[in-house]
Amino acid sequence: MKLTHLLAATALVAMSATLAAQDAPQPAATAPAQEEVLTGTVSGEGDWQNQSIAIPAFATNADVPTQTSAGTTAALGFSVASVIYSDLRNNGLFKPTGPGSLPKPALPQVQAPDYGTWQTRGTDMLLQGYVRAEAGGNVTVGCYLYDVSLGQRLTQAGWTVAPGEWRRAAHKCADMAYSRLSGENPFFDSRIAYIAETGPKDRRMKRLAVMDSDGANHRFLTTGQTTALTPRYSPDYKKILYLSYFNGQPRIYIYDLGTNSQSLLLQSKHPLFAPRWSPDGKWVLYSMAIAGNTDIYKMPAAGGAAIKLTDSPGIDIGGSFSPDGSRIVFESDRSASQQVYVMNADGSGQKRISFFGGRSATPEWSPRGDQIAFTHIAGNFRIAVMDPSGGSLRYLTDAWQDEAPTWAPNGRVLQFFRTTRGSGKTGVWQVDITGKNERKLETPGDGSDPAWGPLRP
Amino acid sequence: MKTRSALILALAASSLALSACSKKAPQILPPDPGGAVSTDNGGTGSQAPLPGSQADFLAQMMGQDTIYFDTDRYNIDGADQQALAAQAVWLAKYPAKRITIEGHCDERGTREYNLALGERRANAAKNYLVSLGIDAGRIGTVSHGKERPLALGSNEESWAKNRRAVTVTID
Repeated sequence: MKLTHLLAATALVAMSATLAAQDAPQPAATAPAQEEVLTGTVSGEGDWQNQSIAIPAFATNADVPTQTSAGTTAALGFSVASVIYSDLRNNGLFKPTGPGSLPKPALPQVQAPDYGTWQTRGTDMLLQGYVRAEAGGNVTVGCYLYDVSLGQRLTQAGWTVAPGEWRRAAHKCADMAYSRLSGENPFFDSRIAYIAETGPKDRRMKRLAVMDSDGANHRFLTTGQTTALTPRYSPDYKKILYLSYFNGQPRIYIYDLGTNSQSLLLQSKHPLFAPRWSPDGKWVLYSMAIAGNTDIYKMPAAGGAAIKLTDSPGIDIGGSFSPDGSRIVFESDRSASQQVYVMNADGSGQKRISFFGGRSATPEWSPRGDQIAFTHIAGNFRIAVMDPSGGSLRYLTDAWQDEAPTWAPNGRVLQFFRTTRGSGKTGVWQVDITGKNERKLETPGDGSDPAWGPLRP
Repeated sequence: MKTRSALILALAASSLALSACSKKAPQILPPDPGGAVSTDNGGTGSQAPLPGSQADFLAQMMGQDTIYFDTDRYNIDGADQQALAAQAVWLAKYPAKRITIEGHCDERGTREYNLALGERRANAAKNYLVSLGIDAGRIGTVSHGKERPLALGSNEESWAKNRRAVTVTID
């Protein structure tokens, strides 16, 4: 989250072990005074959405080969701008124009744009930058956001990344511009775990898979020999909890992304479902069925004794922690049909919050804490949100069967999966918190159970 | 053992007598479970199945290897009792046989809830067999939720066929 405040002109950011801090060219102009000027330019919600933003190809100091999948530095400069453009366009953010229909600035213009030219083009904002090949194979991406009408630089940042992670720098740049102009927290530099589905309805192959927030860098993690379901990324992106069948029984596995190995979360002769991480990654929630009665438990992620949180004679299942870890929202049919309940993290104070008619299922607490997304079932299955006390119901989608919402790291966008009546084909879809910009994500085949991870450091 | 078997048969017979009406079992018997069942059918070939085999069980049950449920329900109704009683008779005849009951749901439920509901249905069938005198130790349960539909339509007829608990004997 530190990266949301890359406003200081000198901010050059260390992204991780693989994304090292780097000296981007320093701006000639002094930066400190800019903040005061700029605060007033970002007006209320709604206005920023209509701003036009030009994203020309990123310049380079020398067109040389790189180890990136994009090619030379010049080609990489075009690709970086294209990724940023797609991030904004696909999410309905601003009115972006991409590098394919814009002149490419020369390197000196990256820090000193020709405002007059851009004003003539009717551009409100200019997001541009440069790429540079480093000795040893890394590439540096510098990213600059200008307010064209004011003739001012709003913010800038730079990242040095391994060749395989160049798209992350583009996402960071898109996040920088989005965050600066909207006032919202960033979300593009994040990943999604989901279930890739293929095959006929009665013999679906369901594999664990991961991808970037824009669908790139897609990777299958399991072979599909056994059904995998309901993945959840750990907060540090090192592990994925998911359900798979072992000796014919549903069990909870931990997939270790560092070693590409899988292990059982715990040994039990009872079916285990619905694994979830706590926000700090120290606890795992799970549900266990014993003789027709399913209850929710939590256990230390590192292993140890489990604590039983619910004790109703019905099905208590799922669960999602509030961002501060103090409460858990879950579903239960103790009142006869699936409804959403909230309890304290120790299981005390269980209280039903959904009273909307029909059934309410798969609750997920927003990372901002202010909303709970869930599946409302009354005839059709719709993605909806409510506040944590069960008020302010709002529907975000309206299709035959949408279920299992998951939140973007900034709590402004959701994904879910949609099943097509008849064929049973599934797809991962996205919608924003206002119910707009609904779209299907591109995946190699069908997809379900998306689980959005946090913003990457 | 002898008295116990006799008891099972007596219970099964009375259960058969009690369960005359069946309000919700699909009128058309479901097709051969085929790929939707995780355990091999163990068919032995063209002629009469080997007594005590899964193929024999299927042949004897004539569709009563499967019981059906109403939407979101897991209670054992009259038709279910009749089917389970028939299963109990067969199981009493082959006391060494073990079974797995597979619980399923229709597609009109959320994925995780359906996994739990399938377990609850399989368990309801198991409890009824135990009440008829079948040793609980012979009965395993598993849930496939909505992941293994048998009927492929998205309509009430298909959903009724998919809300089921299937008994599979382990050869």
